[in-house]
Formats: sequence, structure tokens, C-alpha cells
Amino acid sequence: MSLRDRLRAGSFAVTAEISPPRGASTAPVTETAALLRDWVDAVNVTDNQGSNVRLASWAGSLAALHAGLEPVMQMTCRDRNRIALQSDLLGASALGIRNILVMTGDHPKFGDHPEARPVFDLDSVQLLWTLRHMRDQGALLSGRPLKPPPDCFLGAVENPAAPPAEFRAERLGKKIEAGAQFVQTQFVFDVPAFANWMAQVRDLGLHQKCYILAGVGAVRSRNALDFMRDKVPGVTVPDDVYRRLRAVPADQTAAEGARLAAETIQQLRAVDGVAGVHLLVAGNEQAVPGILDHAGVTAGRAAHGR
Amino acid sequence: MTTRPPLPAHPRLGTRLAYWLQRALRPRPGLRWLSAGIEASGVARPLFTQTERVTKQTLFGCRMCGQCALPVTGYVCPMGCPKELRNGPCGGVGPDGGCEVYPDMRCVWVEAYERAASQGQAADLRLLHLPIDHRRWGQSSWLNYWQGRDEELWTGGVGP
Repeated sequence: MSLRDRLRAGSFAVTAEISPPRGASTAPVTETAALLRDWVDAVNVTDNQGSNVRLASWAGSLAALHAGLEPVMQMTCRDRNRIALQSDLLGASALGIRNILVMTGDHPKFGDHPEARPVFDLDSVQLLWTLRHMRDQGALLSGRPLKPPPDCFLGAVENPAAPPAEFRAERLGKKIEAGAQFVQTQFVFDVPAFANWMAQVRDLGLHQKCYILAGVGAVRSRNALDFMRDKVPGVTVPDDVYRRLRAVPADQTAAEGARLAAETIQQLRAVDGVAGVHLLVAGNEQAVPGILDHAGVTAGRAAHGR
Repeated sequence: MTTRPPLPAHPRLGTRLAYWLQRALRPRPGLRWLSAGIEASGVARPLFTQTERVTKQTLFGCRMCGQCALPVTGYVCPMGCPKELRNGPCGGVGPDGGCEVYPDMRCVWVEAYERAASQGQAADLRLLHLPIDHRRWGQSSWLNYWQGRDEELWTGGVGP
């Protein structure tokens, strides 16, 4: 069952994330996909995450697909203009990659080529609007017809924790108006703050127009915790979470991080309007089975009975 | 096209005055006629464009994209965002409202929301801004605006 069908059926969905390698081989993606496919419904393949050059998102997505795991191809606006972005959607659709996650992308300043020219020809809302137009109108932005038009399930991201708080739910509404059918959020560490945002989302009726997958992270070391708190744009680690993860011995951080992730999943599942979770575990994929087991969530091939 | 790199700017024009000017200068037949005349003149057009450039650079940090969004962004220029986002803030805004790229500066969209909301115009930020036309950099957006050529910049029918 595809991610789209699972969400439509109202089953709790689980997605995770794979960061393709820095190298000319898809083997690491294939290995990770084999590990995850029994546990998750689909896997995001990042697009030069953090502005660091990696194997192309479409190539990683294709490798995951061949390994039996449905990919969600991430597409950022940072590196390509509207010509390349439209061309990439056609390529992805032709290769059988259906789920596309659209995001603005981190600024080049944060990556391994800070001297690069940022593109940002379109923003994430405009890219969603463009891709939906290509699918539904069967035409490019220029108006030229597409034969055949692409088939795609369009996703967006949102960061409920970032200012201006009053505008974040409306911004999701704007993305839905532009074409978003599902949304994956940034890390949720502060569940009450997320629940507040969800209340605004429900007031606007957005949970009925778009599937909402809440982002859950599993912290695996003290260094990762500090990095997440201080260096990742838009991520806030509340003090009580920070203290909890620092309170255990350093070699227990990963286990405590996984427990926290499992508890967070259970809390998020109880929030009205949440359609699933997105596990932000790139580089720590081995933790996924344990977390989901602890959280009592069944997804992936295990749930589909394949 | 070489333009100055985007940099968040704090507007130097008060919010209330900005919206008052918007009402005073909204497109109408007289202004349409005047702007068509300016545009047709080889002398007046560059002079007028230069005046607009200096005025808007000073007041808003304008970079002359030629497709002005100021009337629906609380008069905070979205092209000052390092990602030139025209549909709202990215997910990297700091907890204090700081820009992800220049943490000492405020996110233009945080400021846009505050300024628009202070005048009851927060709904403007819901408008969906369509992709811009990069051929229009350096052109006068005032001449475009008065002649009704800005009508396709955003969808939703609400506008200045």
C-alpha cells in the first residue's frame, strides 16, 4: 500500500529519513532501505541536506524504490531554478517516484560550499504551486503542454515552533492552497507547543485538507544534542528535554533518546488531527525498529502483510 | 544581472504613514495617464526610476526587483530576506525572531507580520505570491503599479 493510500485509509503512517552518501554509490541507501522497509511506510531522501553536497535526491530515491521502500523525494529551492525544478519533477515521475516533498532549503552559508550562489528562484509555496499546476493543468509555468503530465503526491514542511507563532498555521494553509497534500513538521520536542499549533490548524480546518505528520527526532549522543540545540536553524530543544538527556551517563544517551522519541510518538498520536509521524533519524536508522516497537506503532511491510 | 545581495532591512517609514500613502497613491486615471507619459519619455523615465530607487533604498532597503510586494507585506521588503522568500518566513527563524542567516537581524517576515497586524492588515500575508519575472529587475515598479501591470503578482483578489 502506498503512503498516499495509507493516509487516505486513515491508518497512522510512519516515514523516516535517509541522507544519501557523499560518494558515487547508492549502496548505502539500498542497505538502509532494506533495514527500514519492514518498519516505515516511506522514506524521505534528502536533497543536499544542510547545503552539503551528497548523491542526488532522485538517484537515492530510485535506489530506495528498487530496494522495495517507497521514497519521498525532497526538493529544495536553493540549488535549481524553475527550469531545472520542473525538469526534475518530470524525471522523478517518469522513474516511478511519486512523493515529492518541497522545501525552501537551508542557506548555502551552513554547508560545505558557503561561497556558492544561492538560487531561490522560486520559494517553497511557489514551487508547490508550480508542481500542482504541472500535474493538474498538464502544463509548464510557460503554458507549454506536458505529454503526459506527471503524477505526484505533494508534500510540504512546516516548523510549528518558529516565529511568528500566530502565522505558522496560516502559512500551512497557504501551502495547502498552493498544492500541499501532506506536511511533515520540523522536530517536535515541545509537545504542548505543538498541540497549540495543532489547535490553530484544526480551527482553520487544515487537518481535513492535508495529512499532518509530526517530526520526531531520536538524539543519539550528547554532541548531537548540543549540535541540535545550538546549530540547527529553527530547532528549539526545551530545557527539560535537554536536562533529561544530559542526566543519564553519556553511553546511555542514545537509549534515553530512543525512549524519549517513543514517548513523544505516543503523545503525538493522541493529538487530534495528527495523521502520522516522520522520524528524523538520518544516520541513526538502526534505532527505528526499537523506537516504533516501544511506541506500539506498526507500519511498513509488517502492517501491510507483505 | 548584478544586484546587491539580499540583506534584511528595517523600514524607516512608519507603518501608519505607509498605509496612508498607499491609500493616497492608489492607481487611478490621473496617475495612470501621468505614469504612461513618464514611461514614454526618454528623459523622464530614467530620472523617475532613479528617484524611486533612492527613495525606496533609503526607506526599505529596496533592491529594485521591479515587482513591488511592499503594499501587502506591512511595508517590509521580502527581497531583503537572504532567500528572497515572497510567501512568508522559512523554518529557520530563531526563537527571538532573528534571521537564520544573519542572526543579529530580525527576520523580515516576523517584522512584516507585526507591522501588518498592527494596522489590521494581517490577512494580506495570506496572499499567494506567484513566481516573479526576473526580466523586470531595475525597472520602476511604481510605473508598473499605476498602470495595472502588477495585478498578477499575487492571487486572492485582495490587494492595495
